[in-house]
Amino acid sequence: MYNILKKETIAPQVDAMIVEAPYIARHHQAGNFVVLRIDEKGERIPLTIADSDSEKGTITLLFQKIGKTTEELGTLKTGKAIRDIAGPLGHATPIMDYGYCVLVGGGIGSATLYPILKALKGKSNNVTVILGARNKELLIWGDRFKELADEVLLTTDDGSSGRKGLVTEALKEVMDKSKVEIVIAVGPIRMMQAVAELTKPYNVKTLVSLNPVMVEGTGMCGACRVNVGGKTRFACVEGPEFDAHEVDFKELANRLGFYREEEQASMEIFKKKKCKGRCKKSNKGT
Amino acid sequence: MRARDPKKRSKDFKEVALGLTEKQAVKEAKRCLQCKKPKCVEGCPVEINIPAFIGKIRDTDSPGALNVIRQYNMLPAICGRVCPQENQCQGRCILGKKKTPIAIGALERFAADYDAKNSSPEKPVQIKPNGHKVAVVGSGPAGLTVAADLAKLGYEITIFEALHEAGGVLVYGIPEFRLPKKIIQREIEYVKSLGVKIQLNWVVGRTQTVEELFEEGYKAVFIGVGAGSPKYMSIPGENLNNVYFASEFLTRVNLMKAEQFPKYDTPVKKAKRVAVIGGGNVAMDSARTALRLGAEKVYIVYRRTEAEMPARLEELEHAKEEGIDFRYLSNPKEIIGDERGYVKAMRCDKMVLCEPDASGRRKPECSGEEFILEVDQVIMAIGQTSNPILVRSIKGLNLWGAGYIEVDENGASNIPGIFAGGDISTGAATVISAMGAGKRAARAIHDYIRSSYPA
Ligand SMILES: Cc1cc2nc3c(=O)[nH]c(=O)nc-3n(C[C@H](O)[C@H](O)[C@H](O)COP(=O)(O)OP(=O)(O)OC[C@H]3O[C@@H](n4cnc5c(N)ncnc54)[C@H](O)[C@@H]3O)c2cc1C
Ligand code: FES
Repeated sequence: MYNILKKETIAPQVDAMIVEAPYIARHHQAGNFVVLRIDEKGERIPLTIADSDSEKGTITLLFQKIGKTTEELGTLKTGKAIRDIAGPLGHATPIMDYGYCVLVGGGIGSATLYPILKALKGKSNNVTVILGARNKELLIWGDRFKELADEVLLTTDDGSSGRKGLVTEALKEVMDKSKVEIVIAVGPIRMMQAVAELTKPYNVKTLVSLNPVMVEGTGMCGACRVNVGGKTRFACVEGPEFDAHEVDFKELANRLGFYREEEQASMEIFKKKKCKGRCKKSNKGT
Repeated sequence: MRARDPKKRSKDFKEVALGLTEKQAVKEAKRCLQCKKPKCVEGCPVEINIPAFIGKIRDTDSPGALNVIRQYNMLPAICGRVCPQENQCQGRCILGKKKTPIAIGALERFAADYDAKNSSPEKPVQIKPNGHKVAVVGSGPAGLTVAADLAKLGYEITIFEALHEAGGVLVYGIPEFRLPKKIIQREIEYVKSLGVKIQLNWVVGRTQTVEELFEEGYKAVFIGVGAGSPKYMSIPGENLNNVYFASEFLTRVNLMKAEQFPKYDTPVKKAKRVAVIGGGNVAMDSARTALRLGAEKVYIVYRRTEAEMPARLEELEHAKEEGIDFRYLSNPKEIIGDERGYVKAMRCDKMVLCEPDASGRRKPECSGEEFILEVDQVIMAIGQTSNPILVRSIKGLNLWGAGYIEVDENGASNIPGIFAGGDISTGAATVISAMGAGKRAARAIHDYIRSSYPA
């Protein structure tokens, strides 16, 4: 059992959770994730380690409530526990003295980028962070990034914070102005693909962190396989970061949609259970 | 051995083989010639005194029979069910030359099941601790065996297991209808009753390194992490939706209970027409699982002929009885997808077997003809290889082949204090060979610790 020391909602549909996991905290490196299972009947899902404190023996998980398991995770309050957590899994992000780095994050991608930023700033790097979201409320951890990054650029679809527009527009301007050594992008597939297409003609090394379906997360099942440069790679052991210019995003998107029907069915049942049949009545009342 | 009606059993996950009744077992045991130089023992990877235990069954002393087996084999209920007896003990039985060999596997299973039915669960055993800690990585048959043997000698043992459940392939690979989970549970309870601790969700190499285990005071580390990484064929269409590696397909059903979705959260896709590629136990298990999930038609596509199939004979027979359609001498070359990126067919080469090569193996070769199977799911069961996570995290560890740990005949690696056995040192093999390796390693670890840390 892994105790939840703190749980809070940090944006609409996005929760942050601090969990006791001393060994995982001690070995966590930027780019790592855990696989967790809430209870006996739960599925195993991967979540990035958004932060860790090796002295306190804790890890921080950020998650967007988009499916049954993340919804259920969101119902667990401080003081409760998660049955299984295994990690830290996946390759660590290669951290070097790159010079000028740009991190691009969409939505929950911030969770992956934050430890990367921390690690890059642990060396002598100059880092610009570009965070994008639909609106101001959905920008995650902007203040934390501002504390560490040399520059933070915010973009929103509706202009409610930062500039109105897409992260790629901001990234293009940055690349036009200065020589960028590496771009690391994490977020929705379409965003990562757009970043990859943008940086390619600039010849800028670009990494993306992929989020395929996983089962055990230790290289034993192949559920997480992705096509990189025409080769099959297991994201849980050989990734989750790969060269953005080599990734077959179309195949990834297709594979991610494979269980959509089941995910929806599972979600409906969960919602019905959660409101124990009272939902309809309260709906009438409003 | 008695088995359930194929029509009924292929619709559920309950055990297929029924085992022997006491009467049948005694009758079978009476057929045993009690050879002076028993060939069967030579065929057994752990050299169980087979005539002795059969003699006990003949004398209706089943507990006595189990005691004999347990001296050599810690997992009789499991081995009785999954060992390839036709290549081992039973394959050597003198009676087999003229008639049917003694059903040694069935008798082993009988002795173990008899005990499970008629005696109460194991009580914690009091063992005098010897003050030394040993770490065991992986809770498959190799790890469980080392742990039990060393615990009996007074060692303080912790098994570290990456998954959320102990048992290795026995729980995530081999299906319920062949090896019920409660049997594995019982064996694991027995190991725990010896004082062995099992730490789940512990990916050694990641959660903790082997070096750190030594720093924490473990005097030796046994690595029994299996050969869990699936092989692929690198043919077009392998990443289409509804192409599974057998490991994923079986893990979803066996470990995650996907057949009970949505009661359990993990789903698995149920298909109508399924092609399973491969000819081993993993292929048989996948095909029969697909059938039980409701498939109307299941093919096994294998590039050699039935004679070369590595699967256990009993599994092959059961699969045939259940209506699996075997396509021999067939080698997949492309999986064809529809416009949505889902499997719709598989293109295969028709093969012919060449003359035997120097090793005596007959290689399949393309005949030039091809054919198409219309299927909506493909399961690849063409083998597993070493998982790199742990072995690559140990500096200076000697490996061979595709990343297997090089060990001597006692399981010692080139690094003092690190031992290994089971699939991670041999490549994918059998439950009994993993167990045998565990037994030898336990002895070697005991010797190593006694000589390195004299009392
Ligand atoms: C579907 C299937 C059917 C089979 N059928 C038969 C059969 O009928 N008869 C037969 O004799 N054999 C059969 N086999 C083969 C047999 O199961 C294996 O040879 C045997 O289980 C190997 O045992 P092991 O202890 O070496 O490893 P495994 O059983 O593979 O166990 C290894 C364990 O180590 C864990 N592990 C891996 N990495 C780490 C890490 N870094 N840290 C901690 N833990 C880790 C794994 O999660 C796993 O639980 C079958 C195999 C499969 C896949
Ligand atoms: S999740 Fe199973 S191999 Fe990556």
